[in-house]
Amino acid sequence: MKLISMIPVAAVGGLLLFAAKDFPEWGAVDSPASQSPVSSHFISHTGVDTEVPNMVTAVLADYRGFDTMFETVVVFIAGVAVLAILRGSGRRGSQKREFEVDAEPDLIVTNTVRLIVPVIQIFAFYVLAHGHVSPGGGFQGGVAMGASFILVALAWDLEVALERFSISRCMVVASLGIVIYGGIGFLSMILGGEFLDYAELEKVLPVSREMARYHAMLGVEIGVGFTVSAIMFALYANLSSEGRLKGGL
Amino acid sequence: MIEDGSILNELLIKRLNYLIYVVLLLIGLHAMIAKRNLIKKLIGMAIFQTAIILFYVSIAVKEEATVPIYKAEHDPHGEHAKTKETAADYGDKYQPVALSDEEVRGYANPLPHVLMLTAIVVGVATLGLALALCQRIFQGYGTIEEDELLTKLERADARASLSPVRKTSPEKSSPEEKKRVRKLSKSKELAKEAPRTRSQSVKRKTSRQSGNRKNESKEIGNSPASKPDKTRKKIVSKSTQTGKKDRGGERKET
Repeated sequence: MKLISMIPVAAVGGLLLFAAKDFPEWGAVDSPASQSPVSSHFISHTGVDTEVPNMVTAVLADYRGFDTMFETVVVFIAGVAVLAILRGSGRRGSQKREFEVDAEPDLIVTNTVRLIVPVIQIFAFYVLAHGHVSPGGGFQGGVAMGASFILVALAWDLEVALERFSISRCMVVASLGIVIYGGIGFLSMILGGEFLDYAELEKVLPVSREMARYHAMLGVEIGVGFTVSAIMFALYANLSSEGRLKGGL
Repeated sequence: MIEDGSILNELLIKRLNYLIYVVLLLIGLHAMIAKRNLIKKLIGMAIFQTAIILFYVSIAVKEEATVPIYKAEHDPHGEHAKTKETAADYGDKYQPVALSDEEVRGYANPLPHVLMLTAIVVGVATLGLALALCQRIFQGYGTIEEDELLTKLERADARASLSPVRKTSPEKSSPEEKKRVRKLSKSKELAKEAPRTRSQSVKRKTSRQSGNRKNESKEIGNSPASKPDKTRKKIVSKSTQTGKKDRGGERKET
């Protein structure tokens, strides 16, 4: 089996390495990807169009906003699917599995987590809100936010974390994120533009067209952050407990 | 040996990123093909994904370029932005200007970064989905080894063909019998759903219902008809032996 599998692996590897010699060299300035007018336009015009210093955020939330919206929906659907698969699965109930032990949460661990979780959450907000200027954005901030709840679940147990962020609340927050994203898109449509054409929001915001895009991007990133943080925690809660939603790891 | 123009020079110095990405990709591919454990297959898939991400990000690199965030002199809100002090210099006409080609060369390509940024998060979400499927398979069959799964499936199929529900051969199964099987599975679904909705509204009662549910789960675990059809099909289609494939086809019919 292993030897047979080496044949397709070697074939694929040979083909890829054979093709690699036609690829641009490492760091080539004139590589096709970097020379393409799309990339050049993103670099040269992001400042003019949106006044956002971080091009990655501008491309993510504005130029490719439609793509990002449905990426968020994919994350949401994956979370819902995990819930649907593990809900009502065989092992739910109060009976313990053989590897579970009754242990008090460790004093040092819980106190450290108590100190560190607020810092993580503030950092998550910073990453989310500062994504226009520095590396960051909704996805990264959302993951950091979800991680803080996962840390609580690790230090105590899942019930303690679920008291603070229950699965039903997770789902509400996750769908709220998509509603925020889609709502900003529809709002710009109602105001006379196209779907996700944030510049039209200047009619309701007291700023220029460019700054309207800037601020709408922040709104969109907040929506992404909501969805991602809620789904990350819902994924952890379901996977770590086989859908029973109780007990520590 | 690694002078200009030789293959080693091309692979190890000028195009090292492609070599690394190919190696990572092959590790992932090999794990996905050769490993029998489903979790190991998933790890292979994650490594494969990492290889693709590395490929994209390494394409975005430009020599002498910085990260795709405007430097202070190009930043629309940077040091040349209009403030009270500098307003006189720029006048009212100040606007951010588009960068020249020379300046564009100083920034790494942002597009691959954007694509990979979303791909990473979506990858995590889909990996979670795959892990959930693995857990469900483990709950149903008690194993996530592919060969053990296949033998268990075969045994379950043999049991099903001996069961009183299907006395006749599967090819000749009458429409009434098909109906009966469908009814059975439907009633099972209903029975499964009823306590679930209750448990959502009353969380604390789960311990009381647990015994009840345990019995149910046993029933589900033993009866092959109530297994999720998709996982079954997937596993069966992976088997190379035609006999198993035929049996999978039968199952779909019933």
